[in-house]
Amino acid sequence: MKHILSVLVENNPGVLTRIAGLFSRRGFNIDSLAVGMTENSSVSRMTIVVEGDERYLEQLNKQLHKLVDVIKISDITRDAYVDRELVLIKVSADAARRAEIMQLVDIFRARIVDVSPKTLTIEITGNDGKIIAFEDSLRPFGIKELVRTGKIAMLRGKKASTKNHTNKEEEES
Amino acid sequence: MGDLQEGMTDMTEIKLSGAEILLKSIEAEGVDTIFGYPGGMALPIYDALYDSGIRHILGRHEQGVAHAADGYARATGRPGVCLATSGPGATNLVTGLANAFMDSIPIVAITGQVTRPSLGRDSFQEADITGITMPITKHNFLVKEPAELARTVKEAFYIATTGRPGPVLIDVPSDISLSQIDYEPPYEINLPGYKPAPDTDARQINKAAEAIADARRPLIYAGGGVIISGAHDELLRLAETLAAPVTCTLMGMGGFPGSHPLFLGMLGMHGTKYANFAVSECDLLIAVGARFDNRVTGKLETFASKAKIIHIDIDPAEIGKNVKVDIPIEGDVKAVLDQLLAVLRPNLAEAWREKINAWKKEYPLKYCNSGNIKPQYVIEEIYNITGGNARITTEVGQHQMWAAQYYSFSKPRSFITSGGLGTMGFGLPAAIGVQVGCPDEVVFDIAGDGSIQMNIQELCTAVNYDLPINVAILNNGYLGLVRQWQEMFYNRRYSHSELFNPDFVKLADAYGAVGIRVTRKEELAPALQRAIQLKKPVMLDIIVDKEDNVLPIVPPGGSLDKMLG
Ligand SMILES: Cc1ncc(C[n+]2csc(CCOP(=O)(O)OP(=O)(O)O)c2C)c(N)n1
Ligand SMILES: [Mg+2]
Repeated sequence: MKHILSVLVENNPGVLTRIAGLFSRRGFNIDSLAVGMTENSSVSRMTIVVEGDERYLEQLNKQLHKLVDVIKISDITRDAYVDRELVLIKVSADAARRAEIMQLVDIFRARIVDVSPKTLTIEITGNDGKIIAFEDSLRPFGIKELVRTGKIAMLRGKKASTKNHTNKEEEES
Repeated sequence: MGDLQEGMTDMTEIKLSGAEILLKSIEAEGVDTIFGYPGGMALPIYDALYDSGIRHILGRHEQGVAHAADGYARATGRPGVCLATSGPGATNLVTGLANAFMDSIPIVAITGQVTRPSLGRDSFQEADITGITMPITKHNFLVKEPAELARTVKEAFYIATTGRPGPVLIDVPSDISLSQIDYEPPYEINLPGYKPAPDTDARQINKAAEAIADARRPLIYAGGGVIISGAHDELLRLAETLAAPVTCTLMGMGGFPGSHPLFLGMLGMHGTKYANFAVSECDLLIAVGARFDNRVTGKLETFASKAKIIHIDIDPAEIGKNVKVDIPIEGDVKAVLDQLLAVLRPNLAEAWREKINAWKKEYPLKYCNSGNIKPQYVIEEIYNITGGNARITTEVGQHQMWAAQYYSFSKPRSFITSGGLGTMGFGLPAAIGVQVGCPDEVVFDIAGDGSIQMNIQELCTAVNYDLPINVAILNNGYLGLVRQWQEMFYNRRYSHSELFNPDFVKLADAYGAVGIRVTRKEELAPALQRAIQLKKPVMLDIIVDKEDNVLPIVPPGGSLDKMLG
């Protein structure tokens, strides 16, 4: 099963290397990783998507906790959550097929962000299902390039998945 | 000093160099001795050391310096501190740090670094030592601002010594060491992400107590965590309350009295047969501060396959890492055992103990003591002559395993050996650290003729500082453990395992130590006696049987109950 881990880390130099290094040396696979600042400039949030069974997740979780720079880890997938990913797709679009593509863009509520004589660049946000469906419908036109941000996610409702200044202790209780 | 301090009305107005602040902060942690080796980017620190009250032991190679700090920490329980310059100095520390990391030893390593403006430009003697040591330190720091220095030192010591201990490195650019700034102690640590020890769940203690009450064939499997935690008394009480047999890992040796009737010796690849049989037959395995290393478990599927497993460890990540655990207990071993002892009821499994005693009688550790000097005999003689009271360090190889098998360790911190990393060249510099930390004790490095040459230069350090260590080389003319594997698993094809050796007696002499060669059995005891009485660094070149094997042995990946020999 896929899990989305929201990991709050101290914004120290090298923190990304520490996390990436831990994954590679212990043989954990990262499906996707998105890093960004939070509402607190000394803290960053990493959203890491991993796939594995309970035991795998438990070991990964425990190993991540041992990193001094890791403040808090929550497995968002254990609760109701919303997740989004932004994707840029450059697709071949000659005059003849342009209208067809623009129709798809409409249907998927995507946006055209750049136009050239032979291509369209499209932005789409959404969850996995939507993005895959969109990618599938564009494929016949010829996808020239595709960039994904990696998934970010949040718990639904008023609960904060990674409130600042919480520590590991609170998270476990 | 006293006068000076009285003259200072307000400490906060004093400007100090970064290097001075570094040393002051180290001293504030209670450190009086460090092990080091200078070089360009560490010179500001060395300049400050010139006026400092800290004792500095100059090694002869940075690897030796790191192992000495490690040995010091293992023997005293206090953090070992080592210091090196940037680039090659720092990279030479790497093996020492990895070694300490694998065995959870508290070390604070300080490295000089190129100046901040030169960082990242492949400057002379620049090495990304924080990058290099990330996977082999508990944590590391590159100091970016002079004002961070004092707090960083405090945090480094805190991280190194609390929870599951480990090495921490601080990389200090030389312009930071040279900068003049205000010194305003005290500094508070700020580590929101660091939680040294998990809270123990009382329900788990009760579950464990129930499982223990139900067990017919309990076995205690104790590791290095017992020694780190200082839980040897609690372990003894646990064993005696349950009349349960105890087996130790290599790292756990000394955590339980070697002469105790409940002691089964070491388990695992070169464990005793009775310890390994007990693991295979027990119905409850109580793992205390141990981590189910593959040299201990052999084939995982058959390891303690009839047993429920209780695992007590301060590092939650160790629990369930290699084997499935029935009753996990997170927490400091000593505190957990205390709680457990409060609720335990005696459970005297008579039949089980009889069975174990029968195994002990039937399958004792044994060797044939005839002909040449047997390496096992050397270990027994060292035991006899030191009354079992010496601090023993080892190198890595057959001699190390024989030391674990034939020297009966009675006290924690008396067996100092490279367990997790298996680092040849550890024993001599470690013995130096041990002797520095325990000046009045007898220290022996039980060495192999191969290993001793990996850090032989440290003999000079011992002579330099009048450290009366004794190095006993079990000289078999081989990389013995390699030869043994080649004999047993590679059709006796002795590929590059036979050694051409120097004359160790002359070598000792050249270093200013005393060299003694022992070629006959009757010379051994007098030679050992003399070595101890000399109170000088001594290197004994003991010519032993060339092709002796460490037995019994569980072939790599095999089941513990299928031992050869
Ligand atoms: C630094 C290092 N290199 C290689 C090895 C692999 N190794 C393990 S034991 C051994 C032989 C050790 O020979 P010696 O010191 O003479 O000890 P003996 O086994 O003969 O007692 C070797 C090469 C090691 N453990 N450490
Ligand atoms: Mg040898």
